[in-house]
Amino acid sequence: MPDPTPSLLTTDKLECTRDDRLLFSELSFQLNAGEVLQIEGPNGSGKTSLLRILSGLRRADSGSVKWQHKDILHARDDYYANMVYIGHLPCIKNDLTTLENIRVLLDTRSQAVAADQVELALSRVGLAGFEDVTGKALSSGQRRRVLLAFLLLADALLWILDEPLTALDVKGVDLMESMILEHRDNGGSVIFTTHHGMRLPCEMKTVDLSRC
Amino acid sequence: MLKAFYYLLLRDMRLALRSRHELANPLIFFVLVVTLFPLAVMPTPERLQEMAPGVIWVAALLSVLLSLDRLFKQDYEDGSLDQLMLSPNPLVVLVLAKVGAHWLLTGLPLVIIAPLLGVFMQLSSESLSVLIWSLLLGTPVLSLIGAIGVSLTVAVNRGGVLLSLIVLPLYIPVLIFGANAIDVANDGMSVRGQLYFLGAVLALALSLAPLATAVALRITASR
Repeated sequence: MPDPTPSLLTTDKLECTRDDRLLFSELSFQLNAGEVLQIEGPNGSGKTSLLRILSGLRRADSGSVKWQHKDILHARDDYYANMVYIGHLPCIKNDLTTLENIRVLLDTRSQAVAADQVELALSRVGLAGFEDVTGKALSSGQRRRVLLAFLLLADALLWILDEPLTALDVKGVDLMESMILEHRDNGGSVIFTTHHGMRLPCEMKTVDLSRC
Repeated sequence: MLKAFYYLLLRDMRLALRSRHELANPLIFFVLVVTLFPLAVMPTPERLQEMAPGVIWVAALLSVLLSLDRLFKQDYEDGSLDQLMLSPNPLVVLVLAKVGAHWLLTGLPLVIIAPLLGVFMQLSSESLSVLIWSLLLGTPVLSLIGAIGVSLTVAVNRGGVLLSLIVLPLYIPVLIFGANAIDVANDGMSVRGQLYFLGAVLALALSLAPLATAVALRITASR
């Protein structure tokens, strides 16, 4: 069924409290295909909580999140086949090699990817030659880069990225920026938070949580 | 979906085989408890035979309890659990894969080593086969029920006591019928009733526990 509007994700009057403290309320916005959305706000303003709500990991205290007009809590399989969430945690197993770690992440999404594509993604994120290095031998920046390779390979329309620039060096930041731009040009959408300046030469929506 | 089940099972097995000391811990605990017991009491053959069902079953139960933490702790701490919950595959299937791997890595080794300990404890050959059957039916239940408890307590610091409080009452029926089966076999009577009961509990746990675990994991993640 063709969608009447290209709207991917809509939120309706989201409210979130943490330990009896209201983080935000009446938060409504819409994200269309090909749009980039930055969530702004000081520490503790609920950025991570919002992203976890948007990914369906956390439940909003009230309000709803809809993926292509369906509540994400009722259309998990469809939503999760089209969305990748990357949070603060590395998701990297210390005892598995880089290649195995990527395979595990892709298998969880039930995605079969050809070996040469994995190689390609790894070399793009600067991990060529690290295929057989175990997770514990990787630096924290390299762990983040493994996730970037996963992001490249995961065939998802929507990326939800919580502080994607953490632990990345200057080149890594450039890479992340170019990946986001490329994803947007391919019709994908990105929601992210960051405290580091991300210079994206494209139109960006912003949601400022300190005003919600 | 079957593939996701298989891959996750494989992943957990591979991870466990790469940190073997963790794998060996529950088994060593099991063997130690059962072998130390006869040293602490007067080890006449009759007395050993009488104590064997209880000692072996209690040791097996505690050994599974000690290994439960491994089920979700690491995945919770490194964020993999979030990714599992964001999988397009049903969480129930993934939970079942994780519990399956846990049983293959802790329950099954107990079942395999138990007959040897049964011989230490002077069990007859009929009792030994009942011992194997009761553990084979009972230990998966311990893993399945344990998964519910772990998924509720994984986010709690030092949740070990809480975990025992949640899980132990549910373990009691398995313990009673498991140990009783061997007891009855020692007396040379039919053990069908006990084994049927364990089988029924296993069927019940297999169908309900993964659902409960999946819900509990979602609750844990939403905090």
